[in-house]
Amino acid sequence: MSGAPHLGGDGAATPSKGQTTYVDAIREGIREEMQRDERVFLLGEDIGVYGGAFKVTDGLISEFGEERVIDTPIAETAIVGAAVGAAMMGMRPVAEMQFIDFISCAFDMITNFAAKSRYRTGVGVPLVIRGPSGGGVHGGPFHSQNPEAYFAHTPGLKIVQPATAYDAKGLIKAAIRDDDPVLFFEHKFLYRRIKEELPTEDYVVPIGKAAVRRTGRDLSIITYGAMVWTALQAARTLEAEGIDAEVVDLRTLFPMDEQTVLDSVARTNKAILLHEATRTGGIGAEIAAVLSERCFEYLDGPLVRVTAPDTPVPYSPPLEEAFLPNAEKLCKAARALAGY
Amino acid sequence: MDLTRDQKLELYRFMRLNRVVEERLVNLYRQGKVVGGLYRSLGQEATSVGTAYALRKGDIVGPLIRNLGVVLVMGYSPRDVMTQYMARATSPSGGKDCNLHFGRPERGVISPISMLGALVPVMAGIALAARMQKKDIVTMTWIGDGGTSTGAFHEGINFAAVQKLPLVIVAENNGWAYSTPVRKQTACLRLADKAAAYGIPGETVDGNDILAVHDAARRAVELARSGGGPTLLESVTYRMKGHAEHDAQAYVPKEELEEWRSKDPIERYTRALVESGAASANELAAIDQAISEEVDREVEFAEKSPLPLPEFALEGVYAKSPLEAVPAPSGSRRQR
Repeated sequence: MSGAPHLGGDGAATPSKGQTTYVDAIREGIREEMQRDERVFLLGEDIGVYGGAFKVTDGLISEFGEERVIDTPIAETAIVGAAVGAAMMGMRPVAEMQFIDFISCAFDMITNFAAKSRYRTGVGVPLVIRGPSGGGVHGGPFHSQNPEAYFAHTPGLKIVQPATAYDAKGLIKAAIRDDDPVLFFEHKFLYRRIKEELPTEDYVVPIGKAAVRRTGRDLSIITYGAMVWTALQAARTLEAEGIDAEVVDLRTLFPMDEQTVLDSVARTNKAILLHEATRTGGIGAEIAAVLSERCFEYLDGPLVRVTAPDTPVPYSPPLEEAFLPNAEKLCKAARALAGY
Repeated sequence: MDLTRDQKLELYRFMRLNRVVEERLVNLYRQGKVVGGLYRSLGQEATSVGTAYALRKGDIVGPLIRNLGVVLVMGYSPRDVMTQYMARATSPSGGKDCNLHFGRPERGVISPISMLGALVPVMAGIALAARMQKKDIVTMTWIGDGGTSTGAFHEGINFAAVQKLPLVIVAENNGWAYSTPVRKQTACLRLADKAAAYGIPGETVDGNDILAVHDAARRAVELARSGGGPTLLESVTYRMKGHAEHDAQAYVPKEELEEWRSKDPIERYTRALVESGAASANELAAIDQAISEEVDREVEFAEKSPLPLPEFALEGVYAKSPLEAVPAPSGSRRQR
């Protein structure tokens, strides 16, 4: 699985005692917010009795009841539309898209109703829409997509994508507490493949703050989601070759932490924009524009994108492997850039 | 429960106010003072007023652009409508949105968006939240014959039915969706027939008979309030003007317009009030006079209101602006 984060073992690690997986971290974050705030409720397909297609909401119906964990018809427009109405009434709905690909079915509700409400009427819509995105599990064209860029182009939305279990919990809690609509893109490949020890006390990861996952002198790899792990893997390979790569995990795609990105590139003078989503009009293109506008005099090489190509996500393993960015492709791009 | 005489006169007043406000807006539109489109509800006033009048304080509505009468019944003033159409800083949206696109839950009105059908699931969410908050309220929304073709309408009404939410959906069948007649919109003979698909009651009412509209709406509201879930109430009326003021409606058969002109809901109700002895012609004329004076004042206020300041365009996208400028890296490398 070269397109996926390389974390050792067979990738299906069982969490050891005291360690929390990415999927459990999201659930814990939701549970804590439901405990502290009775306005928080969940709605989506198969999230109640079944616990969700990926078990993100497993067990929550027995703890909070079917009034706060609502199994809905297969109707994303109704799910998000009802969440919009409830949010206007002061509730804090968390809507699940069974696969994030299906968010397109609710596009109008998100981009026209939720995103524009505060601006045009003064009525805020504090909702969270969350779901599994990303490839690497042979889901095919409709269960593997990374649709974040559609929404980054819509003023009024906030977009987050955690790469670690710590961030998954901290960001879902921040998203639920946020007064504006937040899209929370989970990466399904990470659900049960990463784990870490989490603080026992309440914490949030603030929306709008990136994290430098590895410091380096020679170039900055700016990325997010599962690709953070790909970048770290590549950085280890590059280190052995004498190339010292910095890895910036955006965590929030909008509003972007421009400060951290600019600071990094002003030091390394070279940047690779890495994402699993397709190339044209992607987040990488936006970062490249920001760097060109704000950081031009610091650049010692071209701004380089390493992304999926402009195709749908293919199903068959060799095709999907060709589609997904991986450490090998990233290293190749990094070597060329380092040579400038 | 029969309406009191005062209530009957109030129905008259709201319908007349609805019409007069629109007539004044037409004048302002022709003077270039309504800067965007103008959407009339001429001939449809009984639907808006008769349905919304069945609600009580605390209930929440989601009206469409042709439901001026609804926002008036819910307590918004002609001033709100005038300033909004004229894009003034004093309008409910401060100039950010047009026509009847305004509202707040605490004012009992949810603003529509232009995508038809979208209000249905949102109003279902309003009703769902109210139930969770133990608020005893009913919600009501309106959809045109064209809007019933959308996926959002289907998803929203289905969800409301499954959850047995207190939502009354008024399908306002005015014969036309822009230039498209109902027969090209649906193969159903009656829009109310669609209710069967959701397992909820459907009823068709003469939309130009305000007492019939109000009676049907009141029954639907009572059912919703008692936990009986949604109703699809079809109000059959006719759009006497084009889609918007720019549209001369050349596609509408003249004889149909003539036929419906004779069914005008306000004239019809005026006759009924006078013939039944509920009101004298003089009393109604006095109401008309008061409305005219009120609307004069509101137009004057709107015309004197300032346009918004340009910088307002950047405000209010988020609760707290995340768009603060980040300083560029310090120190220049240009010299190298």
